[in-house]
Amino acid sequence: MFCYIKRLKKIIVSTLGVLLFFTTQLFGIELNMYYPVAVGGSLTKIVDGMVDEFEKKNPDVKVNAIYAGNYNDARIKALAALKSGKPAQLSVMFSIDIYELIEQDAIVPFDDLVSTYEDKAWLYSFYPTLMQNGVTDGKVWGIPFQRSTIVMYYNKDMFRKAGLNPNKPPKDWDELVSYGKKIVDSTSSWGVMIPSTGYPYWMFGALTMQNDQVLMNGDGNKTYFDHPSVVGALQYWHDLGNKHKVMPSGTIEWGTLRKNFLEGKTAMMWHSTGNLTTVKKNAKFDFGVAMLPASKRRGTPTGGGNFYIFKNTSAAEKKASLRLIKFMTSPEQAAHWSKSTGYMGVSPASYQTSSLTNYVKTFPPALVARDQLKFATAELSTFQTGRVRKLLDDAIQSVLTGNNSPSSALKKAQMSADKLLKRYR
Amino acid sequence: MKNYFNSTSIEYFAAWILALVWVSPLLYAFWAAFHPQEYAINFEILAPLTLSNFAEAWEQAPFARYFLNTFLIVSSILIVQFIVCTLAAYAFARYDFFGSKILFAIILIQLMIVPEILIVENYKIMSKLNLVDTILGVGLPYMASAFGIFLLRQTFKSIPKELEEAARIEGCKLFGILLRVYVPLAKPTYLAYGLVSVSYHWNNFLWPLVITNSVNTRPLTVGLAIFGAPESGVNWSLISAATLLSVSPLLLGFILFQKQFIQSFMFAGIK
Amino acid sequence: MFKNNLHHIYAWLLLSPALILMGTFTHIPSILTLISSFFSTGTKKFPSKFVGIENYEMIFDDPIFLEAVINNIWYAIATIVPSIILAILMALIVDSKLSGRVLVRMAYFTPTILPMIAVSNIWLFFYTPEIGLMDQIATNLGFNSQNWLGDKDTVLNCIILITIWKEAGFFMIFYLAALQNIPPELKEAAFLEGSSKFYFFRRITFPLLMPITLFVLINATLNSFKLVDHLFILTKGGPDNASNLILYYIYETAFSFLDSSYAATLTIFLLFALAIISIVQFMFFDKRTHYR
Repeated sequence: MFCYIKRLKKIIVSTLGVLLFFTTQLFGIELNMYYPVAVGGSLTKIVDGMVDEFEKKNPDVKVNAIYAGNYNDARIKALAALKSGKPAQLSVMFSIDIYELIEQDAIVPFDDLVSTYEDKAWLYSFYPTLMQNGVTDGKVWGIPFQRSTIVMYYNKDMFRKAGLNPNKPPKDWDELVSYGKKIVDSTSSWGVMIPSTGYPYWMFGALTMQNDQVLMNGDGNKTYFDHPSVVGALQYWHDLGNKHKVMPSGTIEWGTLRKNFLEGKTAMMWHSTGNLTTVKKNAKFDFGVAMLPASKRRGTPTGGGNFYIFKNTSAAEKKASLRLIKFMTSPEQAAHWSKSTGYMGVSPASYQTSSLTNYVKTFPPALVARDQLKFATAELSTFQTGRVRKLLDDAIQSVLTGNNSPSSALKKAQMSADKLLKRYR
Repeated sequence: MKNYFNSTSIEYFAAWILALVWVSPLLYAFWAAFHPQEYAINFEILAPLTLSNFAEAWEQAPFARYFLNTFLIVSSILIVQFIVCTLAAYAFARYDFFGSKILFAIILIQLMIVPEILIVENYKIMSKLNLVDTILGVGLPYMASAFGIFLLRQTFKSIPKELEEAARIEGCKLFGILLRVYVPLAKPTYLAYGLVSVSYHWNNFLWPLVITNSVNTRPLTVGLAIFGAPESGVNWSLISAATLLSVSPLLLGFILFQKQFIQSFMFAGIK
Repeated sequence: MFKNNLHHIYAWLLLSPALILMGTFTHIPSILTLISSFFSTGTKKFPSKFVGIENYEMIFDDPIFLEAVINNIWYAIATIVPSIILAILMALIVDSKLSGRVLVRMAYFTPTILPMIAVSNIWLFFYTPEIGLMDQIATNLGFNSQNWLGDKDTVLNCIILITIWKEAGFFMIFYLAALQNIPPELKEAAFLEGSSKFYFFRRITFPLLMPITLFVLINATLNSFKLVDHLFILTKGGPDNASNLILYYIYETAFSFLDSSYAATLTIFLLFALAIISIVQFMFFDKRTHYR
């Protein structure tokens, strides 16, 4: 009896072995990859298309690209998958998740994966500003993919109606207010809308950079929320709605803002460049895209998602993941991605491809995000990033809804952030 | 016979206004879904009709797969619930065994500590059982239902013992008795509980959100949530179309079998 | 007939699937939650360790949680009372001889079978300033535009309104059942005496609805702790936590902040609150079973 069972076991094991052999022969390596979407348009189809092309060129690799929702969802799902029976080998996640992912011991630095001279050079082929959120401890942990800056979309028809030059968008904070007032006076629309739900800290990062102050240090263990320039930036944001009345008071919903702009309810909106293609497709008026206005200088944080490779992955899977990432961020693919979404090409080389060169010739707004890079800084990213971000988000919202003053709200946020980050110093 | 709300036109009017307000979200969904996107927020009576929103929504997200997942989740929960609750309810209704009172009380605790509250720890347990991102993982916490046990116990208790004895004399064993006597006589209870369970799990969101990761397990609600996530810019036409798609089976069932639905909920409620 | 000792074993065997499933996903996790509330969340740098009641001390030092609790209490009160009043009204309407009452009943009940997550997006359209339905109506009538969800003073009540909309029709069903159980002779007798409609309701109908009201009350209280689906779409608890609720905060703590120990501590707090409600409910159920 036992003998029989033993033999049966043997047969099963060897059959499984043969099966396994054939499946790996047939499919080679299977990669699971999560990715988020935080802007409009059917981005999932574009990602699927790119992945299909990769699979065609690499028949030994099968890629399951899984759309997981917003950035937060994508991180939750990717980390969750690591604990499940079907782990992910790589993912696109928020560029600012880096510290959290390192703390969870979830990812590996790319420096450990590249060996050839060519690969090492590839690591440095991207715009340096886009690498800021992906580098810490002298190592590269994230490769830029769906990257953005904040740009200002404006309704040229409305500018004309208000007697403003449609080719001269406001270049500094004072002009933003005075132009806004003209629009409010001569049309039934708002002057400007800056979204304050979803990612308020991101928009705020632009205002503080324009006031020549960053929000955190490079080690991710100190924030500067109560710096006078930061307080000044929040005061300005508050005043746009409550003093100058060029923006609605209260918070402005990130998700519905684009619709507001397209319906002509505001002459200007600040939003991710990732919305560009959708706005282009749906705007029934003449619109322009401009860099954000300056206070002491121009400024915007970079934003968006990076590729990460997970630690708990076999060497072969890591190699295949690297191949996939290299494909997805190659100049041609980056150019295609940029054209179809509005996200920027992640490397200078992508702007030298013929497809993107021709595209920006016919549609110059596609260059604004890239040109703005030279004024850009890293997006808020620290240890305990979820909590620290929420502290700042809450402070911003409490001021915009008129429940607190900028200085006291930011002081409180800074105190709480210090408490959280103390043990990482 | 005396009745409320039939004498004055004001009351009549108010009742209908309330009804109109109550279906207005659904009415709006129909408006936005069947009109071109530029009419999503502009109400012009003569706006042209279209089905393109449905086509686009269907193409943009794997709703067919989500339907299948929801169907698998809902039906697997229902089947196991019926079996598990029937056995437990029979034990409570017909056996006077050691610890029965305390055990019943312990089971009723679940009426309060619903699985939603325990997402954090249940998630850990699922990952230990290797059931994260599986259809089974979505259903398991709901499969033993205190509500179901309670409901069936009440019903079984009201069934005359003589019927059981008659069946026993005819040679039926335990499962035969259950299948031939108790289950047929408790049919209304099963129907009522089944409808409540199906509507609950068709619409359930938080736990599936936590436990599913991929297209192959995601139910409609979670798929709909990430499809219509405001972060990606709200497109009410597509969302309305997707919403109508995903509620249509339940809605259709409700409209066709309205009486059964309402009676079932009523029945489950007063037991 | 079940006099032999085997029946103990039979009973336990019949119960075992239910007990195993329920134990694994209700009782054991409750205990595990309690245990993990005494430990810190482990990371690569800081491994998990026993911290005693430190997590509980954190609760009392956590303004967001305090706000979520206060919000949740208001959320409970402000959904339960109007839902119950509306539910009684609806039941009376539907129980009357109103023409087209089948349609009306269907309208009232529809929200019960619609997923909250789907209708939230539609409600978002209702509330959105400038382009939303409410604002379109308001500005046409000459009122000012109102930022319903962007204002700390109005956001929670907007969320509450959706919950009332969702629940009233569901509770109506229970009242409808109770109304239909009122003997018609009672109504006829009152009619012959010529008592007014309101008097009849106050003296006869309402007292008869009391037991079901208790049941609905407990149900509604429970729902007000677990119904947070719409927050995911509409507000994410904002602005500045003005619409944050306990369960949503637990989700955020566990899955966005990756702090499962603190989330466990918050869960224990919630379980404690629910335990009090469950004692009330159990006493109620106990009584009802004695009636039979």
